[in-house]
Amino acid sequence: MADKPADPGHALLMAVGLEVHYGGIAAVQGISLAIEEGEMVCLIGANGAGKTSTLKALARMIPSSGEIHYRKERLDRLPSHLLIGKGMALVPEGRGIFARLTVAENLAMGAYHRSDKADIAADLAHVYGLLPRLKERAEQVAGTLSGGEQQMLAIGRALMGRPQLLLLDEPSMGLAPLMVDKVFEVIRAVAAEGVTIFLVEQNARLALQTCARGYVMESGRITLADSADKLLADPRVRAAYLGE
Amino acid sequence: MNRKILGFVLIGVALLILPHVLTQVGTAWVRIANLAILFIFLSLGLNIVVGMAGLLDLGYVAFYAVGAYLWALLASPHFGLHLPFWIILPLGALLACIAGAVLGAPCLRLRGDYLAIVTLGFGEIVRIFMNNLSTPFNITNGPKGITGIDDVSIGSISFATTDSFFGIPFTGPVKYYYMLLALLLLIIIVNLRLQNSRIGRAWVAIREDEIAAKAAGINTWNVKLLAFAMGASFGGIAGGMFAAMQGFISPESFVLHESIIIVAMVVLGGMGNVWGVIAGALLLSFVPEILRYTVEPVQMALFGRQLVEPEVLRMLLFGAALVLTMRFRPAGIWPESRHRREMSEARGAGA
Repeated sequence: MADKPADPGHALLMAVGLEVHYGGIAAVQGISLAIEEGEMVCLIGANGAGKTSTLKALARMIPSSGEIHYRKERLDRLPSHLLIGKGMALVPEGRGIFARLTVAENLAMGAYHRSDKADIAADLAHVYGLLPRLKERAEQVAGTLSGGEQQMLAIGRALMGRPQLLLLDEPSMGLAPLMVDKVFEVIRAVAAEGVTIFLVEQNARLALQTCARGYVMESGRITLADSADKLLADPRVRAAYLGE
Repeated sequence: MNRKILGFVLIGVALLILPHVLTQVGTAWVRIANLAILFIFLSLGLNIVVGMAGLLDLGYVAFYAVGAYLWALLASPHFGLHLPFWIILPLGALLACIAGAVLGAPCLRLRGDYLAIVTLGFGEIVRIFMNNLSTPFNITNGPKGITGIDDVSIGSISFATTDSFFGIPFTGPVKYYYMLLALLLLIIIVNLRLQNSRIGRAWVAIREDEIAAKAAGINTWNVKLLAFAMGASFGGIAGGMFAAMQGFISPESFVLHESIIIVAMVVLGGMGNVWGVIAGALLLSFVPEILRYTVEPVQMALFGRQLVEPEVLRMLLFGAALVLTMRFRPAGIWPESRHRREMSEARGAGA
């Protein structure tokens, strides 16, 4: 491991030697990755490979060692609640919506750290424009939405923090195929607006078709890192994750 | 709107004349009403922690004890101190608040069942402390408790004696009733404001999903600690008033059973909703007392002799009432509106 902190260069988010331990078990074993502004990058891998642990560590939700840089700033000593204010939003695994609040209240919570009322109202209109389904259901309790709508809500709530970087944890999980397509359409639309996307996904094919670049994770280590096209063509990836 | 105002006025008038009506039935009922109001304080305090922030606290009675002991030590012959209530009461709220933060800080990393067990332990630790702080320095007088605690007195009006105003007799318990009613009004207003505040929304967010709350920028540690501290301060106020009204306290008054009753009031009434919690506290305060006075005469009239001990039957009916409420109104008697909304929509969607 480097003695001096690594130079993030022009990366938006960079991790160096990131490790996560649960008790004696090393879930993430010293991985490094870098994401540049405006990119769409995915992290794929099997169940238990350490993908969610990596994302949670980057979002400072779980203790980790190693360096995390965001815009030349060290994140690895910051508490998680400050990240949204720096432009980093997490859409957690299992969506994590506030089930007993309405859709509108959920979205309002996404702007909890902000006080610029006019801008918040503008962002809300923007989110409703992007996700019209949420507008129809604004007064409905979030727990009664379908899985896909809940995922849209989780993304909408994250956008209410006006992020530059969106971390998404398994957005396709538990959704019907048709809904998965819709969710990924939304993710592409968000990316088209200039938001950098880092996506953790078990659905390797979909993730690689959506993103420009990907990392492959196996037992806590990154084993492959390349452009999405090359990964899609790689025989190891095809055998292990694309079922060919 | 006008009907709403009229309703509030009528309830207000009824509450104002209530103690005089109860005095006609027996002064004991005024005392029961006073204790019921104290339990509303406690339930509203615990509602912040359990109902709003979703942290199960089974040791809440500890803060009640802190408030009560502070009053007892600062206004009794035990140390020879006789401070006025307007100093002790805010001090009790503050000390309980600090106790809440101190007890809360180490356990807030825990969740659900684990938090419940640790808070239960803290509740017991406080009680055992009170029980044993009689040696080497006698602070709490141990299991014997503290006697001769001062009543409240405002100016020349002592709450220990009966006075007449406008020809109407005001006994000690009636005076306490009015004081508690005024405090209750204040506490309800504070709670309603909290429920709809930024911090109230943060508590609800934490209750629903902690990771998402953090991702939304909520400092969950501070906000949870604040819930503990604010909830505890209500317990401290209730404790102080309890000590003054009873004139005697001992660790016996602050057992685990009390914590559980307060949790039951919050859950039964409707977690998170101020009015529901008040309904729960009133129900669980009055019903057992009503049973206490009716169980024996009813049995005598029906069977000519007493078949079941009043105390046994009382707890049996009490338990049955709890089970039935949970069976038919699982979200509480008067649930928080969002909870109710969710339940009814779920039902509508299923149909």
